[in-house]
Amino acid sequence: MARKGLLITPDLCIGCRACQVACKSWNDLPAEKTKNNGTHENPPDLTGYTYNKIRFIEKVVNGEVRWIFVSQRCRHCGEPACVQVCPVGAMQKDLDTGIVFYDKNVCIGCQACRSACPFDVPRYDKQGKIGKCHMCIDRVKAGLVPACAKTCPTGAIRFGDRDELIEKAKAEGFKILHGEKELGGLGVVFALSQPPSYYELVENPQKPEKVVALGEMLKILVAKGLPIENSIIKEFLS
Amino acid sequence: MTNHYIDLKNADVILVMGGNPAENHPVAMKWILRAKKERGAKLIVVDPKFTRTASKADLYVQIRPGSDIAFLGGLIKYIIDNELYFKDYVVNYTDLPYLVDPNFKDTEDLEGVFSGYDPMKRKYDKATWKYQLDENGVPKKDPTLKDPNCVFQLLKKHYSRYTLDMVSEITGAPKEKILEAYKIIAETGKPNKVATECYAMGWTQHTVGVQNIRAFSIIQLLLGNIGMAGGGVNALRGESNVQGSTDMGLLFHTLPGYLPTPKAGDVDLKTYCEKYTPKTKEPKSLNWWKNRPKYIVSLLKAFWGDHATKENDFCYSYLPKLDDDKTYSWYDLFDAMYRGKIKGFFAWGQNPACSSANANKVRKALAKLDWLVCVNLWDTETSSFWKGPGMNPKKIKTEVFLLPCAASVEKEGSITNSGRWAQWRYKAVNPPGEAKPDAEIINELYKRIKALYEKEGGAFPDPILKLNWNYGDKHVDTKLIAKEYNGYFTADVPEHPVDKKAYKKGQQVPSFVFLLDDGRTACGNWIYSSSFTDAGNMMARRGKEDPTGLGLYPNWTWCWPVNRRILYNRASVDPMGNPWDPTRPVIKWDPQAKKWIGDVPDGPQPPLAMEGGVLPFIMKPTGVGTVFGAGLADGPFPTYYEPVESPFDNPLYPKVRHNPVAKLYATPEDIYVAKDPRYPYVGTTYRVTEHWQTGVMTRHTDWLLELEPQVFVEMDKELAKKKGIKSGDKVIITSPRGKIWAIAIVTDRIKPLVIQGKKCHIIGIPWHYGWRWPEDGSGGDSANLLTPSAVDPNTFIQEAKCFVVNIEKATK
Repeated sequence: MARKGLLITPDLCIGCRACQVACKSWNDLPAEKTKNNGTHENPPDLTGYTYNKIRFIEKVVNGEVRWIFVSQRCRHCGEPACVQVCPVGAMQKDLDTGIVFYDKNVCIGCQACRSACPFDVPRYDKQGKIGKCHMCIDRVKAGLVPACAKTCPTGAIRFGDRDELIEKAKAEGFKILHGEKELGGLGVVFALSQPPSYYELVENPQKPEKVVALGEMLKILVAKGLPIENSIIKEFLS
Repeated sequence: MTNHYIDLKNADVILVMGGNPAENHPVAMKWILRAKKERGAKLIVVDPKFTRTASKADLYVQIRPGSDIAFLGGLIKYIIDNELYFKDYVVNYTDLPYLVDPNFKDTEDLEGVFSGYDPMKRKYDKATWKYQLDENGVPKKDPTLKDPNCVFQLLKKHYSRYTLDMVSEITGAPKEKILEAYKIIAETGKPNKVATECYAMGWTQHTVGVQNIRAFSIIQLLLGNIGMAGGGVNALRGESNVQGSTDMGLLFHTLPGYLPTPKAGDVDLKTYCEKYTPKTKEPKSLNWWKNRPKYIVSLLKAFWGDHATKENDFCYSYLPKLDDDKTYSWYDLFDAMYRGKIKGFFAWGQNPACSSANANKVRKALAKLDWLVCVNLWDTETSSFWKGPGMNPKKIKTEVFLLPCAASVEKEGSITNSGRWAQWRYKAVNPPGEAKPDAEIINELYKRIKALYEKEGGAFPDPILKLNWNYGDKHVDTKLIAKEYNGYFTADVPEHPVDKKAYKKGQQVPSFVFLLDDGRTACGNWIYSSSFTDAGNMMARRGKEDPTGLGLYPNWTWCWPVNRRILYNRASVDPMGNPWDPTRPVIKWDPQAKKWIGDVPDGPQPPLAMEGGVLPFIMKPTGVGTVFGAGLADGPFPTYYEPVESPFDNPLYPKVRHNPVAKLYATPEDIYVAKDPRYPYVGTTYRVTEHWQTGVMTRHTDWLLELEPQVFVEMDKELAKKKGIKSGDKVIITSPRGKIWAIAIVTDRIKPLVIQGKKCHIIGIPWHYGWRWPEDGSGGDSANLLTPSAVDPNTFIQEAKCFVVNIEKATK
């Protein structure tokens, strides 16, 4: 299997959030008790039960209001810091597809992956176990399209071989492909007509420098049966 | 829709006004965005608030709720003044050259009303609203469009004061934006440019609802965009099968297939047929409704089978009749209920306690009933009205029954989408518990009512006892119903007048062309004829062939009438049968084969200019598109009136503020105010993607409630500042009829407008919520507690899109 990817085109996204619901439906994720916080955006943040969330960005440009809908989720890095830092091998990169997935049963909830993530993506469920977009690896391995891409009515989320998707986006005239080169190439690529900052995407995502070393240290702590305090991770990475 | 969803991809200009497809018809956006991407089409959104659809627009124009006719009237003026109309189309295919009775007087002559207005009755005598006829009874025409009495000149005069300044003053939109929109739309007056329009309740829910739609229909006729691929006037209907339910005669004034419901004065079938069968002297008009007698007789045969004979007028007397001067619309019914005139009520698949305008009146009306039967998936604000806010259960006598019914995926049947495609669907799962498909509940009811009549007699048992009702005993076979609405032969027809072929009793009719008025055919709904023939269930087809490349998909399900995918398609060709736009030919005359190629044409007759040719608008006695709408209750031309509730005057007609024939009600609950300092702001209501209608289904879907958990109010920053309101604050909104709380969303997407020199603040509220669910009351209640029961005089739909309100920060 070639490296798989999602091509997300915010200019085609109408903010219907069918993808958000399809994600919960396929992954059997419970709804969260929310309230209206003075915005349509909900839940307020990614959680261990919300793997994909549409951000509703409202801004005024040259006196004209703009409303931009951007999917917030795991970007499936080519060299995923979360995998490198995970001391127990719960977080893994699938060699076939490049999908970054995880095994909840192995996760010890140390939350190092979130600290290492250039996009601040991983979240944890009530048991403290990791939950994030895994590009529906179960569906992909069965020859199906991820739930979000399957349900998207406008083609704002497209799934396929990553190289082909990038070619397609270029052929369609997109000059900015956020994720094509960043961090060695991301699995989730955004086709943009404006600079990434317009969509509030991380402009120059950087992996924390000492990720590999942190991973090694955490492995030792685990081996010794010592608790992993989040403060240690923060301190190490700072 | 005159066209259909996929056809949106063929447009050069897409005007979304009165609708919001991205939020309420998201899949439609697939085709709109495709038109943008592949054709470079321009999307114009005109809406009081910047919607998710507007986020994709090339041009967004914010207007005040209810000011649509000013905007559209200005566009008509712009097209006429700049001669941007499609001359050949206008002259050949519309009534614009027709001469009108010189006694007809326009609103411009009479300061806001048309001739025939009776201020006491608040009604029009339409005697002068007619064409001049020549000695043969054919309307007189002036193809040069110069005669001062021709429809074109009257139209020109009618809109002569809809200048950019005036439109801007009424709508609040800046002149340059208005002009930009006009330029883009009017550009499609060229034969090879086409504009489409998508509307929904943003146009219908006004006291000028029909006139909003007519105004754009007139524009499309001027521009020659009706009948064209990528054109038309397209209602994105508010429910997945609302087209089907209207087709099937759900409304009080129609029987299935848009046959008028008879009135008390229509004493027999002959009277009915004479009154409702239009006649024409226009030689080239097909006048399709001349077939009305075939359709009503076949319908009566479907209803009463062998009991319906020529001798007994095909049981015509069994049909319930309307009182001659009475209407029985939704608001009439609830008004009667409120007055204690209705004892029992079936609320079937609906939640009027939240969906109806002036919902407080509805909730009080329900308490006047002896019994109420709710058929629904869930307990609703309607079925639990007796324990709702402000109710004292001890004082309410209404006995409530709740019958659980099956959801759409738990039953088999057809569903007709906005594009008139009747699509057959299958049952995926069994309904839970004792829930039954609606048809089985009706079947059960029928059997028991019949048994009661058999046992006890009654005033008039025959219509029930003799009903031709045989769809299965315990389980209803919906295919049998479908076969009935297609129609069948009730007797052998040895030589059919249409094709001289023989048909046997019991055979399905091939199409409505084969229906007869002598009792030898039965048909439950003539427009669905050819949907389920001897060849099988056409609605179940799933062919993906697209021979025209226009996305007509003729083998995908079935579309009424006779699988015609684009209505009025004979208007897409010139009088010789050549497509106005050869790059998008809907139909094309093949002179060699002497037949049409492409979509199913509006009649197989040759092109207009040829021997035996016919005019394109076959449902009209004139055969042409009607600009002079003499059949309407409120005038032949759309006229700008303020909403019934408005903080402003009508600058065009100071003496006539709102639609003079808008229907209003008179109970103590029916309060209407205008220019009242207690309610200085304009309120509007709408829906969002995440919820559906009153939210009964979606509020019970946790994933959707998670996305939009609470009733909100969108408001501009300036008003919020003035009122000390911040995003996320709880606020109280009051109207003359009610009060609700909501969570404020303070946004740049709604801007204050300047109307007639005064600041106008608009607030928008969804009507998806209700006190019953979520059970902790955290969702809030329906925005319809605020809306007025002021209704359109033609359709009797509520003016829920503009009313007056006040807003304050909640104290707790």
